[in-house]
Amino acid sequence: MGLKEYTFTEKIDTRSGFGVGLAELGQENPEVVALCADLTGSLKMNAFKDAHPDRFFQIGIAEANMMGIAAGMTIGGKIPFTGTFANFSTGRVYDQIRQSIAYSHKNVKICASHAGVTLGEDGATHQILEDLGLMKMLPGMTVINTCDFEQTRKATHAIAAHYGPVYLRFGRPSVPNFTTELPFEIGKGILLQEGTDITLVATGHLVWEALEAAKSLYALGIRAEVINIHTIKPLDDALILQSVKKTGAVVSCEEHNYLGGLGESIARVLAEQHPTPQGFIATQDTFGESGTPAQLMEKYGLNADAIVRKAQEVIAKKA
Amino acid sequence: MATVAQLQQLIPQVRRDILRMVHQVNSGHPGGSLGCAEFIAVLYNHVMKYSTEFDMDGKNEDLFFLSNGHISPVFYSVLARSGFFPVAELATFRKLNSRLQGHPTTHEGLPGVRIASGSLGQGMSVAIGAAEAKKLNNDSRTVYSLHGDGELQEGQNWEAIMYAGSKGIDNLISTIDYNKQQIDGSTNDVLALGDVGAKLEAFGWIVIDVKKGNDIEAIIAGLEAAKAASGKQKPVAILLHTEMGNGVDFMMHTHAWHGKAPSDEQLATALSQNEETLGDY
Repeated sequence: MGLKEYTFTEKIDTRSGFGVGLAELGQENPEVVALCADLTGSLKMNAFKDAHPDRFFQIGIAEANMMGIAAGMTIGGKIPFTGTFANFSTGRVYDQIRQSIAYSHKNVKICASHAGVTLGEDGATHQILEDLGLMKMLPGMTVINTCDFEQTRKATHAIAAHYGPVYLRFGRPSVPNFTTELPFEIGKGILLQEGTDITLVATGHLVWEALEAAKSLYALGIRAEVINIHTIKPLDDALILQSVKKTGAVVSCEEHNYLGGLGESIARVLAEQHPTPQGFIATQDTFGESGTPAQLMEKYGLNADAIVRKAQEVIAKKA
Repeated sequence: MATVAQLQQLIPQVRRDILRMVHQVNSGHPGGSLGCAEFIAVLYNHVMKYSTEFDMDGKNEDLFFLSNGHISPVFYSVLARSGFFPVAELATFRKLNSRLQGHPTTHEGLPGVRIASGSLGQGMSVAIGAAEAKKLNNDSRTVYSLHGDGELQEGQNWEAIMYAGSKGIDNLISTIDYNKQQIDGSTNDVLALGDVGAKLEAFGWIVIDVKKGNDIEAIIAGLEAAKAASGKQKPVAILLHTEMGNGVDFMMHTHAWHGKAPSDEQLATALSQNEETLGDY
C-alpha cells in the first residue's frame, strides 16, 4: 500500500472559501441573505455585499441582535448567513442561538471565522476553543469545521441546500488548498489516506497536518489511515468504526479543547461500539495566547510533529 | 373583525381561561396575562389580518411575536378562541406531551407560534428580522410584537431598538406592556427604567402612549394610530399602560401574582368576577 500524494497550487485562508461560496450563492439563490456584525472584510463578505446590497444587512457590533434578526428572517423564507468571529458567533450569543434558532428550528447558517489559536496575535479573548462543544450540544444543530479553501466553498453551498440550523467554522491562516477534486457531503467523512496501523481523524486546520504526519509515520514504517471529518455533527460513525476496526488505534486531531470537541465525539462512539486506544491532539483545557499561528500550533501541540509523537504513544498501547 | 361588543364578550372568557389554566397545574403567570388580555384579544380579533390555516412564513399576513413568553396563558387562550387550535386543548397547558408548553415554542408545532420565547429580550430582534423579510418579499403587512417593561432591562432589546431606529424599520409596531411591575417588585425598585418613551424617541422611534391599556376602545385607537404612523421610515412603539392582574380585584395593584397560581378558593372568587360568556374549555 503506497502513500497517496496530495498537492496544492496555493496556500489560502478558509474564510476566503466562505467569501467566494457566499458570493456564488448570492447569484444562484435569491433567498440567501447575509448579516454581519461589523466584520465584513474579515469574513470576506464584501463580494456578496457589493453584488447584493439589498440582501446584505450590516447589523453593527450587536451579535445577539444579529442572531435574533437572522431567526426572524427565516419567517418569510429567507436563508440567512450570519458572519462574525467564532467567539462572537457562539459563546457571546449562546442563549440567542439556543432559544431563537436551535429550539425554534430556524434555517440559520452561523458562519464563524477566526476560530481557534490560529487567529494569532489578537490572543485568547478572541481565540475560542470551546465553540464546537457549545454548538454540538444543541439538539438539531449541524456542526461543520472545514479544512481548506475549496472545502469551505463547497460547504457554504451545501449548508444553503440543507434545511435547519448549521454552525460552519473556518479560520484566518493560509493553509494548503488541496481538496479541489474531493466531494463534499454533509455528514460524510473523507478517507484521505489508507493505512493499517493507526487511524488519524482530523478536522479543520489539522487535516493537512495529519497528512504530513502520515508521511513522517510512513518513513518510520507506520501505515496511518487519515480520515477528514468535516461534519462534527452528525458524525460519520460508520467511516470511523470501519477504519478503527482495521487499525485498532486512533488519534483525533482538532484545533479545539479536548473537552467537547471531535475527539470526545469519537470516544463516545468507540466506547459504545468498539473500545479502542485513543490519543487526543487538541488543547488541554486551556486558553490560548498571542503569537504567530505557527508558534501557537507548536506550543499547543497542534502540528504534524505532535501528531507523529501521539500516534507512536497510542500504537504502543495497542493490545 | 370583531365589534367592541363582541370583544367585551370575549375578554372575560379569556380571563377565565387564564385563571383556570394556571390553577389547574398550580403554576404559570396570571398577572401579566390578565393585564394583556384586552390588548391581545383586540390585536387578533380587530386589527391583524391572518389565516388560521397556519403557515410558518406568514407571507401577506400580519405577524405577532410574543417576546415576554411567560404570559403564554393569554396568548394560548386568544389563539385558541381565534381558531388556531381547539379550545379544548387549553386543558393541556403545562402538562406532559402538550403543545402548550410553559413558554411558547415552535418545537411542538402549535399553530400560531412562530418563535420560542421565555428567555427574555429576544423577541424584538426576531420581529425585526421578520419585518426585514417582509420588505424583501414586497409584503406590505405589519409585524407586531409585545414586550414586558421589566424585559427592557435585557440589553439585547437596546441593540434591537437601535437597529430598528437607525435602519428605519417602519413595518414594525412594538408594544411595551407598561405595568411597572416585575417578579421582585416594582420596576422602580428593581431597576428603574427611566423615561421609556423619551428613550425610544431618542433611538428614532415614534411613540404612542395608550394611557388606558385595559380599555378596548383606547387600545383600538392606539393601534389605529400606530398603523397610521407606520410606513414613515421609523419604527413605532406603543406604551401600553396596563394593570397587572386586571379583572380580578385581589390580583390588581401588586406584583404578587406575576408567577403564582390561585388556590381553589381564590379561583372561585376570581371566576365569580368574570362571567362565562363563550363557554369554558
